[in-house]
Amino acid sequence: MAFIPAVSQMENANVRMMEDLERAVQKPPEERRWGMVIDLTKCVACDACTVSCKAENKTPPGVNYTLVIKEEVGEYPNVRATFLPRPCMQCENPPCVEVCPVGATWKDVEGIVVIDYDVCIGCRYCITACPYGARTFDFGDWYTKGNTPMLAPYETAPTFEYGEERVREDEVSPIGNVRKCNFCIQRLHEGLLPACINDCIGRARYFGDLNDPESLVSELLRERYSFKLKEELGTSPKVFYLS
Amino acid sequence: MKNSKLGMAAYWAVVIISLVIGGYGLYWRLTTGHILANYGQLITWGLWVAMYIYFIGLSAGAFLISALVFVFHVERFRPIARLALFTALISLLMALLFIWFDLGHMGRFYEVYSRPNFRSMMAWMVWLYTAYFVLLIFEFWFESRQDFVRCGQEKGGFNGFICRVLALGSKNTEPEGRERDERVVRVLGAIGLPLAIMFHGGVGALFGVVAARPAWHGGLFPLLFLVAALVSGGGLLMALYAWLAPNKGSEEYKSLLSDMGRLVLALVLLDVIFTFAEYSIALYGGVPGDVLPLIEIMSGPFWWVFWIGQIGLGMVVPIILLSWKRTSSSTFWVGIAGMSIVLAFVGVRLNIVIPPLSVPELQGLVNAVPSPRMTTQYIPSMMEWALGIGIVGLGLALFAIGYNLLPVKPRGDKEVMS
Ligand code: SF4
Ligand code: SF4
Repeated sequence: MAFIPAVSQMENANVRMMEDLERAVQKPPEERRWGMVIDLTKCVACDACTVSCKAENKTPPGVNYTLVIKEEVGEYPNVRATFLPRPCMQCENPPCVEVCPVGATWKDVEGIVVIDYDVCIGCRYCITACPYGARTFDFGDWYTKGNTPMLAPYETAPTFEYGEERVREDEVSPIGNVRKCNFCIQRLHEGLLPACINDCIGRARYFGDLNDPESLVSELLRERYSFKLKEELGTSPKVFYLS
Repeated sequence: MKNSKLGMAAYWAVVIISLVIGGYGLYWRLTTGHILANYGQLITWGLWVAMYIYFIGLSAGAFLISALVFVFHVERFRPIARLALFTALISLLMALLFIWFDLGHMGRFYEVYSRPNFRSMMAWMVWLYTAYFVLLIFEFWFESRQDFVRCGQEKGGFNGFICRVLALGSKNTEPEGRERDERVVRVLGAIGLPLAIMFHGGVGALFGVVAARPAWHGGLFPLLFLVAALVSGGGLLMALYAWLAPNKGSEEYKSLLSDMGRLVLALVLLDVIFTFAEYSIALYGGVPGDVLPLIEIMSGPFWWVFWIGQIGLGMVVPIILLSWKRTSSSTFWVGIAGMSIVLAFVGVRLNIVIPPLSVPELQGLVNAVPSPRMTTQYIPSMMEWALGIGIVGLGLALFAIGYNLLPVKPRGDKEVMS
């Protein structure tokens, strides 16, 4: 436990991460390497991240860029709950990219795995290839269609994923495409932290430039024990877990 | 005669009903996209993808058997060679329709040609089967050219018209012309042979390379696919020949059929070995990602697809029918054995695609968010069934039309000689 105060005593993690971000966006894009650190000891499984992601990206039912896996370990009365928030790992060697027949998805210069909605043919091969279940298909479902008098405005408001303004409409991309977490690239470029980082009530999520030794994420990875999911597959995730 | 008329009427009734059902499916698919589909986020490929690999397997298998004649000069099978090519063509068309409807953006399929990523097995597969498709058409044309010319000259009406169109203005019916055609067919067949092996092996590799799905991942998959193609394609041709041959009752018919029976029996036995290797090693290893899908296959709610379909109809029935003397010399039972295999492989393909996807990549994933699409269960929806039935109906219709208008009927030896 000796290490934890090092984090919690910090001025304000959010302020620190914003400063890190500002430094990072001043560098040429290819010199940044965005990464996320998630402290499992602090996650309370409130799903604030899940919801803030929904609000930011207006994702329809069934499409989840991030979620929290909740499991029970042991038997009553000796039980405990474990929580595992799971965004896209933004793998250094993303198997989802390899399999795309049309090159609609790739790792961009900043290390984020992106999708071009106007190119993706919706074959879903990438969904099968992602070892983390991080990709979901936009089937064209709506939260408020059919069961309410009208589509709720939050479903028809434009999104700005990948910096493109889009209004979701039947039969138009991103419907029929595979979608995934992109570390809120549109926010990063405006100097804002990803939505889930901002809204994490347990301060369990950290974000920043892994190439910057001064950044909070680099510091956490130096000071705390961390692991990555399914490292044995050679995907080299850029999402790290502290436990 | 009366019997066959009744049979034809029943056949067309089935075709028309299938097409009507398919019309509904098509309407739903085109107006509502994927909303009515039951494949989800976890089991993201369903009935259509399984049917795609099923028909593409039939196509590759039928083609490889035609190559026995056109490339390796196994003259024994000459009477069914052209039928095999034609079957390969129709099955390929059906397969492509299935996979096309499965795409999220059907209008963008051309991108696989305009901007392929050759690190993707799927891009390879599409390019290879396109090449294969073109080759099939050329091979079929050269193989049938003189018959088109002859039928164009002899027959009047619609059929003659079709033949004249397909002859593409060619007139020559001399033996030298036939010799040249045969040479071309041999060369095309020789190119097609590795192509068919590559593209169907490639379909297997498409699954085999996916390290995220342990039940798919491995080197056996391309081979398993090839064997499966040969068995199912062989079974289909055997059944077709048993029922469609013009010279039923002749010695030649019986002996050809029993030879086919032996060939298919050998292939089924090979399939038994491959399937056993695949299952036993996975089960022994005990890695959950490998084992859970197999347990699901063998004892899940669809256990019967495996035990009755895959093992019963696909292995036990044909092995008994084709090795027991009484049945292996009866053309009726040999035909039944072929049909039994053709049916069983629907199950084989469903079990390849669906259960391996039903194991969540991370434990607890399905309960993380409440969504009916995030589930380990999958039963195809009405829309999926309807469209699927329609595509099969279309295939049956095309087959029957082509069979009646084109020179693809299996022949007796004498006609071949002339
Ligand atoms: S987590 Fe999945 S979707 Fe994200 S980069 Fe890795 S393989 Fe691709
Ligand atoms: S679904 Fe789209 S992004 Fe995924 S592999 Fe297919 S074309 Fe590529």
